[in-house]
Amino acid sequence: MNMIVTSATPATPNGTTRPQVRIVIVGHVDHGKSTLVGRLLHETGSLPEGKLEMLKAVSVRRGMPFEWSFLLDALQTERDQGITIDTTQIRFRTNSRDIVLIDAPGHAEFLRNMITGASQADGAVLIIDALEGVRDQTRRHGYLLHLLGVKQVAIVVNKMDRVDFSADRFKEISDEISAHLKGLGVTPTAVIPISARDGDGVAERTDRIGWYKGPTVVEALDHLEPARPLETLALRLPVQAIYKFDDRRIVAGRIESGSLKAGDEIVIMPAGKIAKIKTVESWPVTPVATRQGAGRSVGITLDRELFVERGDIIAHAGAAPRETRRLRARIFWLHDKPLAKGDQLLVRCGPKESRATVVAIEKAVDPGELESSENKAIGRNHVGEIDISLSNPIATDPYTENPRTGRLVIEVSGRIAGGGLVLSVDAGQRAVPVDIVPVESALRPDERSARYQHNGAVVWLTGLPASGKSTLAKALERRLFTNGGSPILLDGDTLRAGLNSDLGFSAADRSENIRRLAEVATHLARNGHIAIVAAVSPAREDRATARRIADTTFREIYVATPAEVCESRDPKGHYAKARSGALQSFTGIGNDYQTPQGAELSIDTSTRTVADATDAIEQMLKASGVLFDEVVDLAANI
Amino acid sequence: MHLLKDDSAAVGVSSPALIGRVGAQEFSADLPPSMDHLDQLEAQSIYIFREAFARLKKIALLWSLGKDSNVMIWLARKAFFGRMPFPALHVDTGKKFPEMYRFRDHYGKEWDLDLRVEPCPPIDAVDPTLPPAARSAARKTEGLKMALAKFGFDGLIAGIRRDEEATRAKERVFSPRGLEGNWDVRDQPPEFWDHFNASPPQGAHLRIHPILHWTEADIWAYTKRENIPIIPLYLAKDGKRYRSLGDQDITNPVNSTASNIDEILIELEQTKVPERAGRALDHETEDAFERLRVAGYL
Repeated sequence: MNMIVTSATPATPNGTTRPQVRIVIVGHVDHGKSTLVGRLLHETGSLPEGKLEMLKAVSVRRGMPFEWSFLLDALQTERDQGITIDTTQIRFRTNSRDIVLIDAPGHAEFLRNMITGASQADGAVLIIDALEGVRDQTRRHGYLLHLLGVKQVAIVVNKMDRVDFSADRFKEISDEISAHLKGLGVTPTAVIPISARDGDGVAERTDRIGWYKGPTVVEALDHLEPARPLETLALRLPVQAIYKFDDRRIVAGRIESGSLKAGDEIVIMPAGKIAKIKTVESWPVTPVATRQGAGRSVGITLDRELFVERGDIIAHAGAAPRETRRLRARIFWLHDKPLAKGDQLLVRCGPKESRATVVAIEKAVDPGELESSENKAIGRNHVGEIDISLSNPIATDPYTENPRTGRLVIEVSGRIAGGGLVLSVDAGQRAVPVDIVPVESALRPDERSARYQHNGAVVWLTGLPASGKSTLAKALERRLFTNGGSPILLDGDTLRAGLNSDLGFSAADRSENIRRLAEVATHLARNGHIAIVAAVSPAREDRATARRIADTTFREIYVATPAEVCESRDPKGHYAKARSGALQSFTGIGNDYQTPQGAELSIDTSTRTVADATDAIEQMLKASGVLFDEVVDLAANI
Repeated sequence: MHLLKDDSAAVGVSSPALIGRVGAQEFSADLPPSMDHLDQLEAQSIYIFREAFARLKKIALLWSLGKDSNVMIWLARKAFFGRMPFPALHVDTGKKFPEMYRFRDHYGKEWDLDLRVEPCPPIDAVDPTLPPAARSAARKTEGLKMALAKFGFDGLIAGIRRDEEATRAKERVFSPRGLEGNWDVRDQPPEFWDHFNASPPQGAHLRIHPILHWTEADIWAYTKRENIPIIPLYLAKDGKRYRSLGDQDITNPVNSTASNIDEILIELEQTKVPERAGRALDHETEDAFERLRVAGYL
């Protein structure tokens, strides 16, 4: 069956462009949404040839009177149940607009589908049965429109034929709903009396509503404005991915607000690192010189190698979003299990995700109730304000400052369970990035490498406790230094005594420990030194993070000494302590060490001498371009 | 008068986005070029492609060789700066038009695609209670399931559009499929603000629909703007052309004189005949299409 009307695109060959607006029709179940849609399609001449006749024939065949809503209820299952299940998109034209009409179900069971539909809309039509008046789902939908950020709302009072086209009844409903919406900060663009079944007020002001002087539904739709890109707000480019398909390192994402171009000074949040946009990449033509505005999916390269990852936000220096571990949001909840204080969640803010804990819940109410009492938890299809604490810092804006980045969704068990607006963020203690001006080194990299005869590198030794990492690290340090190089040893335990003394041994703290080690080591490598890191680093994911941070300078060495050999060595007595239960969270006993899969080198110290192992490392560093081969004195050959 | 605001106020969007617009115009020399309708569609599709590639482990694009999937490949190359970084999967019924096979072999190479051609099982293996064309389509679904099992994809990118067919209008951009590849239309997760449900249960997979929001006319206007190659069967010859290309035995041409894309666009502007009118499948019974989709058909 083909219910959807194929309409022309705004980009017609003769060059005319008509604004396209997406509309959602919402309201209480059975107040006449589908009927209105069917009628609108008919009144705007948008039905496929023969469709009306065909459906009328089907109705006769099934022994039911024809209803306008049949046009929409295309699914067999829907007709059987007599309710619209899901969001259907229909296109038609008014005088000056191409309208994409998203029908959203009124049944409370399907609120998630109403939200899916309404979130895509530029404007909404809220429909109310003149006989029944404002109902719980009317109020709920009104509230959700506000939360979803739909500001253009036209009210349609339907089934006026059932109240004898009474102007008084119309005014009563109009006053009630207008007051409700104004309380939420939404001003209706129009309130229109109609009979969708008979056609009054849809495209024509008939005599029966002669007392009404406002626009018809079609006229009201004709006045809706398409969404405008947020070019005039501050730049926000959330990073979707970093691509290295060739020698370019492209940071890809969609500009949510503001604009950018090559040469712009940017800051990468939440880390607060500063860089310049080197190029704006594209395909098939690249690079792009023109400024790129909100709404564009772009790719940029930076003037320096920085650790950037999915979820970071790129902003202009001086106008960055706030970095926070704690925020307050007004949310709607769709999950069966009510959201309660202490619940663990996954929060997504654009491409950024973070584990989170609900710290407090306030104003939890059913938006459908007129005077609802506050609850401790936010039930299904209810709303409320929550304070959440995030396990990773994220960069975000209050929604009043940026409607795109100031919103989030909540996932439970991998499924979207709610969403809402960021009301406020607790800014962290980090220095304002605009005050951070990295000082460029006075030396060029080639000046350093000419002296040391090597490039900068991070040599990362991972393996079980007592596998021989520190011994190898020291031997390598000595070897490189003897050859005139500049090695610097970063021992995991040594750093824990100072820089990382605030960290314990939880999974999160271990990750942070590794991240800091990697950042320090990478800084040294960027300045021409060979940073030798000796750290158990048991988690594959943490080592992957280190590799991302150090990027091309990273060389992983797996010290693959068998576990029983390590335990028999036990120079620090840790294995013995752990066996006796005196040492918790000790890697080595149990299976918590994740073996590397892509290490540049693997060394079993139980089968070879220290000197032999150091040779192997030196060999690998030569082969992979860190150490230069024997010095060739070019001058001597002249 | 029940219009609560006057007309000029009614058309304004009271969004914070507009604050400061006047100020920005002082720098009009450096304003970004505005995006037209096709630019917006393109940017949205690229966003979806990048989300799919970032969030799923092993994806493939279903290449039917038709106009829609060719536009998808083009968009993927834009998203990933020239080359599609995942396979193009052609589930081959063996009954396509010769022009389509020639197109596949030529552009598979020219576009540097990681092309995987997978055959469908014989027709006897398919539910005999379905009408003939639906049975033929169900065979394709079986071929798809076999390919899924063989490669272990957790995401398949498909070029369906909301305007094509009513049941497709109900689709999400990221659409979960059950372990049997089935689609549960009654229990779709919410999807809003471009946040997608990208965690299929173990063994199940996702369908990703990067051009769900495009129309048939959008596809043609974009094909023309970007100069994307097409199979000539779409253009009228002897008063007939194909609007939609499927298997040879279940696809019929429509009456048309449109011999280039401009003429197709004019034709679409005027026609009230649905796009899939030439697909026998869509006319067999009222619910054949939906039954197929629930079972995992595209």
